[in-house]
Amino acid sequence: MPSPKSEMQKFGAKYKLIGKDYPTPDLYAKVTGKSKYAEDFRVDGMLFCKLLLSPVPHGRVKHLDLSKALAMPGVKAILTQDDLPAPADSVTDLGVTIKANTQGEKALTMEPLYQGEPILAVAAVDEWTAAEAIEKIDIEFEHLPFALDPLETLRPRGPNPRVEGNVWVEEENSPPRVGVLKWKEEDFAPAKYGQLPMGKPQEEWSYGDLDAGFKNAALVLDETFVTPDTSHQTLEPRTALAYWQNGKVFLHMGTQSTVQTLAGLGRWLNMDRSQIVLISEYTGGGFGSKATGYIFAIIPALLAKKANAPVMMRISREEEHFIGRARPGFQGRIKAGFAKDGRITAVDMYAIGNNGPYDEAGDVGASGEIVSLLYQPPAMRWRGVTVLTNTPPRGPQSAPGGMQGIVMMEPILAKAARQLSLDHVAIHRINSPEGKAEWGPASNGKRAHATSAFLKEAFDRGAEQFRWKERVAQPKRSGSKVRGVGVSSSCFFAGSVGYDGLFVIRPDGRIAIQSGIGNLGTESLSDVHRVVAEVLGVPWEKCDVIWGNTSKNLPWTCVSGGSQTTHAMTRAAHAAAMDGKQKLQEIAAKTFGGTPEQYEVGNEKVFRKGGGRSLTLAQAAQRAIQLGGKYDGHEPPPDVNKYTKTSIAALAGQGLVAAAKDKYPHDGQSFSYVASFAEVEVDLETGKYFLTDYLAVADVGTVIHPKALSGQVLGRSILGMGHAMGQKWVFDPQYGHTISRRFYHTKPPTILDVPTGMQWAALDIPDPETPVGARGIGEPPVGGGCGAVLNALSDALGDEVFRRAPVNLDTILTSLEAGRPMQEPLTAFI
Amino acid sequence: MAVIRDIMPAFQLLQPGTVADAQKLLAQHDADAWIMAGGMDSFDWLKDRIKRPKVLVDLSGIEELRGIRATADGVEIGAMTRLSEVVGHPLIKEKYGLLAQAAELVASPQIRNQGTLGGNVSQDARCWYYRAGWPCYRAGGNICYADTPVGRNREHAILHAERCVAVNPSDTAPALIALDAKFVVQTPKGRQVMDAEHYFVGPEIDITRMNILRPGFLLMAIQIPSTWAGAQFYFEKMRDRNVWDFPLLNVASAMKLSRSNIQDIRIAVNAAAARPLRLKAVEDAVRGRECSPATGEAAGKLAVQGAVPLQFNAYKIPLMRNLVKRAIGGVQEAAWAS
Ligand SMILES: Cc1cc2nc3c(=O)[nH]c(=O)nc-3n(C[C@H](O)[C@H](O)[C@H](O)COP(=O)(O)OP(=O)(O)OC[C@H]3O[C@@H](n4cnc5c(N)ncnc54)[C@H](O)[C@@H]3O)c2cc1C
Repeated sequence: MPSPKSEMQKFGAKYKLIGKDYPTPDLYAKVTGKSKYAEDFRVDGMLFCKLLLSPVPHGRVKHLDLSKALAMPGVKAILTQDDLPAPADSVTDLGVTIKANTQGEKALTMEPLYQGEPILAVAAVDEWTAAEAIEKIDIEFEHLPFALDPLETLRPRGPNPRVEGNVWVEEENSPPRVGVLKWKEEDFAPAKYGQLPMGKPQEEWSYGDLDAGFKNAALVLDETFVTPDTSHQTLEPRTALAYWQNGKVFLHMGTQSTVQTLAGLGRWLNMDRSQIVLISEYTGGGFGSKATGYIFAIIPALLAKKANAPVMMRISREEEHFIGRARPGFQGRIKAGFAKDGRITAVDMYAIGNNGPYDEAGDVGASGEIVSLLYQPPAMRWRGVTVLTNTPPRGPQSAPGGMQGIVMMEPILAKAARQLSLDHVAIHRINSPEGKAEWGPASNGKRAHATSAFLKEAFDRGAEQFRWKERVAQPKRSGSKVRGVGVSSSCFFAGSVGYDGLFVIRPDGRIAIQSGIGNLGTESLSDVHRVVAEVLGVPWEKCDVIWGNTSKNLPWTCVSGGSQTTHAMTRAAHAAAMDGKQKLQEIAAKTFGGTPEQYEVGNEKVFRKGGGRSLTLAQAAQRAIQLGGKYDGHEPPPDVNKYTKTSIAALAGQGLVAAAKDKYPHDGQSFSYVASFAEVEVDLETGKYFLTDYLAVADVGTVIHPKALSGQVLGRSILGMGHAMGQKWVFDPQYGHTISRRFYHTKPPTILDVPTGMQWAALDIPDPETPVGARGIGEPPVGGGCGAVLNALSDALGDEVFRRAPVNLDTILTSLEAGRPMQEPLTAFI
Repeated sequence: MAVIRDIMPAFQLLQPGTVADAQKLLAQHDADAWIMAGGMDSFDWLKDRIKRPKVLVDLSGIEELRGIRATADGVEIGAMTRLSEVVGHPLIKEKYGLLAQAAELVASPQIRNQGTLGGNVSQDARCWYYRAGWPCYRAGGNICYADTPVGRNREHAILHAERCVAVNPSDTAPALIALDAKFVVQTPKGRQVMDAEHYFVGPEIDITRMNILRPGFLLMAIQIPSTWAGAQFYFEKMRDRNVWDFPLLNVASAMKLSRSNIQDIRIAVNAAAARPLRLKAVEDAVRGRECSPATGEAAGKLAVQGAVPLQFNAYKIPLMRNLVKRAIGGVQEAAWAS
């Protein structure tokens, strides 16, 4: 039953450029293969490096002899932990010093905490020689105890993943340190029944009257759910090229953020940012794993210094598996109360996150916040533990924590709908956030709130477009097949504030827009700047977007992560455009007399309202240079970031320099929302299922660029579906090794695993708290992609088949055979 | 000494243009030589530096090993014929559709464009312990890591396991057995033509090999007799993803019906054991019986007799039972169009 085509949607009725598709500045290079990624660069005298990876999940190098390797012709240098700079303190934008975490991740280590962790790097004339040299290194490890599963190390006598313990301990005014958290033997009693043990949490919060909520509930469900650890699998691995020139280090790498990556590199290299040039015009995906670059990029940088030659570090797919980050799997449990009409009365949530050995991923905390917003429980308690293990380090992955929280909650909503005989859309709708919806715990007696939420409208539109009622009424069973439909709510953070916009109107009349956003494939790098052209009334063809190189005078820009860019940087673009407009009006007044307000900007001119004299943009730019001062960048606005000021100083005199910080009011935290609908068909004789249809309706505020938006709404839905349909990690628990180490073992979803006719829609209702009305979209669809598939499966198969994701034919078939859930209920990495 | 993986070591690349030259090179280098067809299995071993041949004999330049030819009694497919050519060939599609179906479900379009039929039937086990270089039975050691109380063995064997629990992952192999194909193998002592099922060996015969190939042996071609041309075929493969995934289990059958009775049948499964299994007992039991759901049901049950699950692969038993059942008794397709 095909839904109407998404392409029929029209956006941007009141705009010329906003809401319209356009060829992005990187398009032709990408589709013709001319775009250069880090690996495509070649420099004179370039060496290659290869890594020696740890063969043990936890150990210590007790013997190392490099002599044979160093004696090989062609081997130029070997880098070890001893060559790394000490971890540096960092100073925030507000001048606050953050003490370095000495127990955090290092680029190389002599005490590996996971199998596959880089120990050392060899630079040689080619990769073949470097690899041969590694095989000539004599290295021995002392084996230390290891833990893969959070529940295993939380046991009273469970092994610790690090010598110092198994969790991070936060103390005021000092960096976090590793400490020990053990639960009592009796805490583990529920595990016998497949229920999550819930010992002492690390953190907890609550609001509302939980007891009353459960007491007044018509139905109380208490469910344990396990979510998978999933690699980011960016198509471009963490490859980097580095060389030094005149004391500066030049780094080519793929990273999500351009400007914001400098801070990380500076910290890891213990160098001033001004001495680092980052070149990153194209990035083959990030999904959170390259938000501000990656620590391993300093390996070629330091090797290049040591060998006194440029060094290319190409990361293989297997190395990427180990160092390329992943989403923390959760072992979670939620008790939820429901009124007869499906309204949630209380939620009691417990989440255990598997963190890997290093810096804490924020997933566990975010899971509670997102659940509190998305399902609006009037009373809620959240408890969480983030546990260190000897598995590859986790990092934020599209909707970190939010996704896992949604995936824990969604099966409960579906089960409640069945038990209360309610429509599944209705139960989602009645619990949806609306307007300035509250979220999270109270601080100083007040809970935070969202800028806006139109999720109910998204469900209404989706139910109609998906023909929900018709599908529900259809026969479920035919032959060996059974069909199921499911819906899911979804949301995530979608915007920050306070960044700078910067562009130059050049004396030739063209507009050079400086973009500090990374080119991670989302197109936000140029999309947000359509606002500049829109506000000034300049054709897009007259705009040149400058990006991807920190020596090109870029403005202070948000991290391209956390789905904040579209929101944050349309605001900054808008602010800069208003500054440009104001300056044009002032220049016209100075030139022709009168007040700035008597002039208007449009049609590539600034002209007197109601007719009269005008300046073309080219003429105005020439005038700006003559006038100097603030007009051509010799006097930067006082409130822009110092990073922007440096860029403005370098651009000064080149034309009319427009720059401004986003100071627009913003009441609440911005989130975007998605209502997802899925249909599956399961074969009861094999357990195999196909996802036969999918629709996602997005509430993202004003639509800026429909094609890019559709790529995000559907692409990130697919990312979520992968968690339902097969993506996972597998370890051998006896040896602590990853055994799903090949790309195909970890089963990322393919285009043939998703419906060819998938649809998307966007409400296009502007957010009231931002000038252009646009919020971010990267992450909000992910939870819904997974939740809708899981709920469609339980619609087809009932509640007694799965209690963890992914769900594959083995689970379905064995559970159907046995008539009860046959999945291993709690163990990680099955 | 340290270990590094996922980067190919150096070797000597030999590219003979004729079978005769290839044979000469293979004889000369004996156990030091590695035969390479499409490389889809070979490259994995080489990149991981686990198999370290001194020379690689690349067969891709040998024209006589390529192509699909009609013969007096059926069809002959050169060992170096790419899987995508097998899939698209009109004669294969028309008369031996079972093989076309099986080949089309192998891996992904890219891998089918590169992988050959000879390579597909000769590929090694994909047990993730063995392929990661663990010193297991199959690698010449004396332990099976997959068959321990905590070994992760969801993809492993339910039948005929003997120390090693790896399976043969080829999708084309059971189809070729069902079609009663003959494998033409050039050995240093001359040419041998053998039944498809005899090309494969289980751990009870040789735990380090999946087939009869030894140094110096060359698989030349696969011949399919016309005996089963145009018979009623059934192929079904189960995998987690719809592309780019090895079989969790597959079934291939060729059936001749006389009215509604099964006059003759050949049926095989793969990924259930270390070699593709021809289900002779099932064939004998259903021959002469009505081709009906009930017969399929009985056949399915018979097929899994003696199956022993490991910790994580119990699903393979009902799966194999139901696939065999469907191969004979048919699938109840849904009435709706999806
Ligand atoms: C990610 C991935 C997924 C896959 N999924 C599937 C799948 O779903 N189903 C499936 O069936 N296969 C699958 N394969 C295997 C693939 O189909 C290849 O076709 C097959 O492994 C080898 O074919 P090849 O021509 O590339 O042979 P090669 O890799 O070159 O050779 C394979 C082996 O056969 C030997 N050999 C090859 N030709 C000859 C010959 N003529 N004489 C003697 N020895 C020979 C080689 O020495 C080597 O040992 C997959 C492979 C990969 C990498």
